[in-house]
Amino acid sequence: MKKTSGILILLVALSFITIYFVPVWSISLDAPQYPEGLGMKIRINEISGDLKTINGLNHYIGMKTIEPESITELKIMPYILGFIIITGIAAGVIKKKSLLLAWIVMLIIIGSAGAYDFWTWEYDYGHNLDPKAAIKVPGMNYQPPLIGSKQLLNFTAESYPDAGGIILFAGGIIAVIVLLYELKISKPNNA
Amino acid sequence: MKNFSKIINGLLMILTAAVLLLSYESCSKKEGKGPTLSGDEASKVYVEPGKWDEFYYFISGGFSGQLAAYGIPSGRLLKVIPVYSVNPENGYGFTEETKPMLNTSYGFIPWDDSHHSELSQTDGIPDGRWVFINGNNTPRIARIDLKTFKTAEIIEIPNSSGNHSSPFITPSTEYVIAGTRFSVPVENRDVPINSYKENFRGTISFIKVDKDKGDLSIAFQLIMPPYDYDLSHSGKGPSNGWFFFSCYNSEESNTLLEVNASQKDKDFILAVNWKKIEELVAQNKGTMMASKYAHNKWNDETHSATSEILTSTRTFKPADVTGCLYYIPCPKSPHGADVDPTGKYIVGGGKLATVIPVFSFEKIQKAIEGNLTDGNVEGIPVLKYDACLAGEVQNPGLGPLHTEFDDKGFAYTSAFVSSEIVKWNVETREVVDRMPVYYSVGHLTIPGGDSKKPWGKYLLSMNKMTKDRYLPTGPELTQSAQLIDITGDKMRLLSDFPTIGEPHYAQAIPAELISKNQVKIFNIEANRNPYVTKSIADAKVVREGNDVHVYIAAIRSHFTPDNIEGIKIGDNVYFHMTNLEQDWDIPHGFSVMGMQNSEMLVMPGETCSIKWIPDRPGIFPMYCTDFCSALHQEMQGYIRVSSRDSNTPLTFSTGNK
Repeated sequence: MKKTSGILILLVALSFITIYFVPVWSISLDAPQYPEGLGMKIRINEISGDLKTINGLNHYIGMKTIEPESITELKIMPYILGFIIITGIAAGVIKKKSLLLAWIVMLIIIGSAGAYDFWTWEYDYGHNLDPKAAIKVPGMNYQPPLIGSKQLLNFTAESYPDAGGIILFAGGIIAVIVLLYELKISKPNNA
Repeated sequence: MKNFSKIINGLLMILTAAVLLLSYESCSKKEGKGPTLSGDEASKVYVEPGKWDEFYYFISGGFSGQLAAYGIPSGRLLKVIPVYSVNPENGYGFTEETKPMLNTSYGFIPWDDSHHSELSQTDGIPDGRWVFINGNNTPRIARIDLKTFKTAEIIEIPNSSGNHSSPFITPSTEYVIAGTRFSVPVENRDVPINSYKENFRGTISFIKVDKDKGDLSIAFQLIMPPYDYDLSHSGKGPSNGWFFFSCYNSEESNTLLEVNASQKDKDFILAVNWKKIEELVAQNKGTMMASKYAHNKWNDETHSATSEILTSTRTFKPADVTGCLYYIPCPKSPHGADVDPTGKYIVGGGKLATVIPVFSFEKIQKAIEGNLTDGNVEGIPVLKYDACLAGEVQNPGLGPLHTEFDDKGFAYTSAFVSSEIVKWNVETREVVDRMPVYYSVGHLTIPGGDSKKPWGKYLLSMNKMTKDRYLPTGPELTQSAQLIDITGDKMRLLSDFPTIGEPHYAQAIPAELISKNQVKIFNIEANRNPYVTKSIADAKVVREGNDVHVYIAAIRSHFTPDNIEGIKIGDNVYFHMTNLEQDWDIPHGFSVMGMQNSEMLVMPGETCSIKWIPDRPGIFPMYCTDFCSALHQEMQGYIRVSSRDSNTPLTFSTGNK
């Protein structure tokens, strides 16, 4: 692997450190009565924002209270991210293509697993509703979209990656490009 | 015959015309007249739905005892802030927490007459932190916190009566001032009324304002000759350190003042060198006088008020403060005492005078130095009128009262009798414009118009009579405020609107200086009310003898508890309701059928308590009075009241658990 490739991977891995400090994902809710907007920020280790207000509103439709303390993933994720960063640094320093490939595969698996896990939480909150809830709309579920916008009664729910998610995604793309570049330049040498 | 029918026809036409004319006359007489408008006035006061006004105007409520906040230029009423009068609409003066705010040395008083608002200033410029307002009848000064728009503090002024020349402030809000309009015996005692001259005194109180917290404490009181100290303003710039009070009744009359206090050609403006007196206070000079007065403070963390009765004040007689007090003759029965933005000129508003005297601070100082006096009153030198005068405004209108200033060197004086605003040049004293107002203007207000920095865009004329200005409402009519554009050479009337109570004086400030600091909710975690219920699980009902404390949690859309049994006739039932919401603009209300008390509105994160003594057995519904949510109508509950000797157990619940 070229020196610049190693440095790029190193920078990608180091840039992931910022994910500890910025939200990864963001869900915003807009309604006529909330001109100022309501929102939830999903960080690597916590969910912040207008949780109390959102929980207050959700009781009408019988949604379970969102309690970040009960979400185990938030406790594990900081360690997983640490592992990604350390192995990424290793891949950048050691500069072996196979190691880079392994790191990227791991990144994709963890990323996909994370997205799936997030989706299952959304599904659970959106579908497992208290049958005694005050507001019941036949056929209606309240699962926010993974990415995109959806109308949930008077609220427009929008779900998009925040700074952390963008850094993770962009870092992954850069790593893939580096890998492809390395594979391309190494082929003629082998031939 | 032809001629005859012509004459008849002609007569008929004239008659018809006369009838039409008369009916037009009688129609047009019903509605008020106004100046010819030039066309774009409506767009100047139109604030688009959803957009904010440019200025907050704090207009005193007069005999309503409250203070109203309006948005200008639209004239939209934003809020009536309860200050001196009980307000069953939200429970002010009825809840256990707010009752101490209205405590006085006379006990609980549900009302006062609030005349003048005054915004706090830093370096002579309104800063939007607090607004002060006086209680005229039972002398008090209140401070309203503009982060919450709540009355934060009320201090009673002892040894005073008719607290009218209040609550004006020094340029950095070091002091708020209170002066006596009705002299009374100090200390008050049983004396013949006609012993006025020997036994009655006027007092002028300097109330220290804590620089950071705003807390009020009486620093000292001046025990003055028994005149009526009517209005006042602080010096600023070169005249900083001085305070000026208008006073009438230098005749020292105690009856039929209408005539007896109008005999002398000149009364006085009193100049007080407070910086010098401040030094005497620092040296612990003056006499501590036994005086009983209440000091009431609101706490935003306990969400309750405390009332303390204090027992002494520091007082000075004129002889104790030689060289600090001077009387300046002022024609005739002066009302306003206003200082221009440069601090160079003091304007007296002689109600019965034919001119407006403008005094020069520099000349006053020279008169003091040169000892240019015309005798003295109880040792207080009376300076020579001409020695202090910068000039007089000739032909200023009848009954000149108050003067405010713009940022271009012009003064605006209200003339009550001729019902007009007169604009004049401060340096040349020439009248440059005048405009009728409807009717009988008292005070007028320009944003920052009594400070170092006027925002000279609007002038609000506050009028005592409305007669035909609005749709009639029987014998009791509203007062009004009229908005005038003062950006051009000529004043232009833009709009008028009715006000609450009687609008005496107002203060105004660019909205941004206040809107940026607004508190939206109270943090429930920081709530230190002793009866707080911080979560639904903490709700309970506790009996202590005949007292029953109900700890209610309110959150959309239910009370916990909402079924209460075991209350007995004659119990003192205290409902302590905490609003668990942490969301802006979600108050919950509370009321009980037959409760001989007000309702209460509880803001997010706040706890309020109201007392109920049930007097008959039965079932008593309670409900939320503030439309809080889609299921607001469901936010209700029941209380069961049993006879004194019943053995219904004390139980409480919400939901079928």
